[in-house]
Amino acid sequence: MPKQRNYKQEKKIKSILSTSLAYAVLLTLVVIWLYPILWIVLHSFREEYNNLGGLVGIVQSNYFPKNFGLGVYKELFTNTLFPRWFLNTLMVAIGSFIISTFMQLSVAYVMSKIKFGKRKLLLNVAIILGLFPGFMSMIAVYFVLKAFGLTGSLYALVLVYSAGSGLGFYIAKGFFDIIPNSLVEAAKIDGASNARIFTSIILPISKPIIIYTALMTFIGPWMDFIFARVILGIDNTENHTVAIGLYDWMYSSQNDSNTFTLFAAGSVIVAIPIVILFLSLQRYYVEGVTSGSVKG
Amino acid sequence: MINNNQQNNKSFINKVADKIVSFFKKIIQFFIGFFKGIYIGIKSFPSKMVKLGKFLAEKWNGFFERFKDGDLGTKLSHIFMGFGNIYHKQIIKGLIFLAIQVGFLFLFFSNPVINRSERVVFDPVTFVPIGTEVIDPGTPLGYKSLINLVTLGTNPGEGASGVRAADNSMLMLLFGVFMIAIIIVMIYAWLANIKSAYKVQKDLENGKKRKTFIEDLKDLLDTRFHILLLLPTLIGVSLFTLIPTIFMILIAFTDWGKGMVAGSQLFSWVGFDNFLAVFESSSEIGLNFIPVLTWTLVWAFFATFTNYIGGILLALLINKHEIKLKKIWRTIFVLTIALPQFITLLAVRQLISTAGPFNELLQSIGILSEPMAFLDRADSVTTARISVLVINLWIGVPYTMLMTSGILMNVPKDTYEAAQIDGATKFQAFRFITVPYIVFVTTPYLITSFIGNITSFNIIYLLTGGGPRGEGYAGGTDLLVTWLFKMTIDQKDYNVGSVIAIFTFIITASATLLTYRRSKAYKEEDTFQ
Repeated sequence: MPKQRNYKQEKKIKSILSTSLAYAVLLTLVVIWLYPILWIVLHSFREEYNNLGGLVGIVQSNYFPKNFGLGVYKELFTNTLFPRWFLNTLMVAIGSFIISTFMQLSVAYVMSKIKFGKRKLLLNVAIILGLFPGFMSMIAVYFVLKAFGLTGSLYALVLVYSAGSGLGFYIAKGFFDIIPNSLVEAAKIDGASNARIFTSIILPISKPIIIYTALMTFIGPWMDFIFARVILGIDNTENHTVAIGLYDWMYSSQNDSNTFTLFAAGSVIVAIPIVILFLSLQRYYVEGVTSGSVKG
Repeated sequence: MINNNQQNNKSFINKVADKIVSFFKKIIQFFIGFFKGIYIGIKSFPSKMVKLGKFLAEKWNGFFERFKDGDLGTKLSHIFMGFGNIYHKQIIKGLIFLAIQVGFLFLFFSNPVINRSERVVFDPVTFVPIGTEVIDPGTPLGYKSLINLVTLGTNPGEGASGVRAADNSMLMLLFGVFMIAIIIVMIYAWLANIKSAYKVQKDLENGKKRKTFIEDLKDLLDTRFHILLLLPTLIGVSLFTLIPTIFMILIAFTDWGKGMVAGSQLFSWVGFDNFLAVFESSSEIGLNFIPVLTWTLVWAFFATFTNYIGGILLALLINKHEIKLKKIWRTIFVLTIALPQFITLLAVRQLISTAGPFNELLQSIGILSEPMAFLDRADSVTTARISVLVINLWIGVPYTMLMTSGILMNVPKDTYEAAQIDGATKFQAFRFITVPYIVFVTTPYLITSFIGNITSFNIIYLLTGGGPRGEGYAGGTDLLVTWLFKMTIDQKDYNVGSVIAIFTFIITASATLLTYRRSKAYKEEDTFQ
């Protein structure tokens, strides 16, 4: 009898130990993962002044700021181009997400559900085109836009983001492939046109993939750095997006290391809506990724 | 019963193991097949040509038949587009075809000039304007642009930049490609016009009703719905992906390199010189190419596998039965995916910079005696490379974690039960069921992320800018793509950059085609349902 209890106790202790070890590892990882993010947030609230009364923004090697306040945010919204950049990015994101979502879904639907002569050829061409590194064509895109007198403008950026977006139809196609063909055929027998099938049968049951596509195409412009930089140019700061603007504060040729706190505050403003959007739609994100790319 | 389970269990594991072995076999086979394919391709080239000729002849046969069999309208629409439709009273359609033809001919022969600029010339004594002088003759679009595509410009300009511009070879190249694209579209429209004329003729001969314009438009919503849906993408992709890509490929065959400015110097075709330079150990690009390529592949390999293993371990940890609040733990890690990379990566760059808090922390607890440059230590490229790989874990692990979490929940539960009945320990169950299952399901993901890592621009560019070392020359952590970016955007070394882009393409393309053709999604694409 006592031996039995011993064994049980041992087992219990073992399990407690392993659980607490797991928690310890997890907590350590969480600290590592959150530290840079927390560091940025803390520095955005930093309020330290120099002898002349100006805000000190230089990266000093202290883990925690000595004074907190909203001074940096006030500075950000009154004395910098940041509000402008934010609106620019918002406009570009909205414009390209509406066009791109529509184009991606249409192409995905055609490639998945309509069987036409050159389908296989187009599919192969799309794959091959998608493999060229984006900047390979970027210079030429720049000159094409210049020929239309569009360089440096936000419309150009919307155009560039949405024009090629149809090539990213694979994930949505993966989703449409799973919708039974019999559904489409039944509707056809009932006399529905292809347009009607698309708008009133396929789209209503494709909510996860529509949301996934919309999310990705909306977040894209917030994250993009290279295309925006090339298309919008370096000098035209009024028309920059947040990514270029904030990068330039840190690392442009005439960079001013004094702007780190401004960068931090700007980052927080950019990140909050994106993170909320992403987290609240996370379910669709996972569904999208797993329905499109990971197939055993 | 137990025996049976055991057998099932074993056969499942064996099956997975077989799959993995056969997968690697297939990769080797692919490369053998790849070179074999090239050899066969060269050998069978003449017979392929004969085949192509036959195919074209058949196509043209139909063309001649239409001509021979066509009535006056159809015959005339070979010369005047849309005539057949007008002749058969499809007026609007015919007029559209005609407008296309007129528009094309106008463009082709009028050679509209773009970018032309003039300046007013003043009398040197009285300062009264006496006329204008052409500074830039501009670049024509039309048949002249086809000639320009061959010569890339003949007018070398006058004096130093500013007096009178040279022909803009870059625009000539671009417009030449553009014009060829327009001509191809035009040929397509011409053939479509003949077909359309012949069809309405046949329809009438067979007693069918001719289609009205409204009916044609309605067709776009039904039997030709795919054309309507694909059209915006086709136009967008042609203008912003296809033509630019062809343009950039062509640049690899010119001498548009360092220091040459379009509009003040003429470029010329140089054939394969730039490609040969890659393998020349004396040239700048040759010196850098092999090291950068090697590092790119090493990076892609380690970045993929460290993230993969890290992500699976993290998913397993969170999925552990005893851990509470799984969703919150997951969400915390997902934050790094949700945040824009230019924020997180730049923050980390500051954090671990020489004067940053991380260094100070290490010094204060006595690990380091003096600040350490993790990302830009000039004398040790390895330090930077390892740092980049470690930071990449921070970015990439949550992504794999998110993906494997879903997969872990789908591991067939009965295999675990079977293993338990057989007396397997938890570790054995993990080793022989969970691991093979995850590996089996995620293999395609593994390969796509390997390809993604070959071209992962953001992480390198935002963390180190390709450094340490070197402007122009490739830096220690430069991948092919970041090197390419620096070369084209910063150095304006377009032809060499283009060569690098083509090599990058060849690497990613062969890897992707291999995976894609092997993947179930492609093979069973038609047989799915």
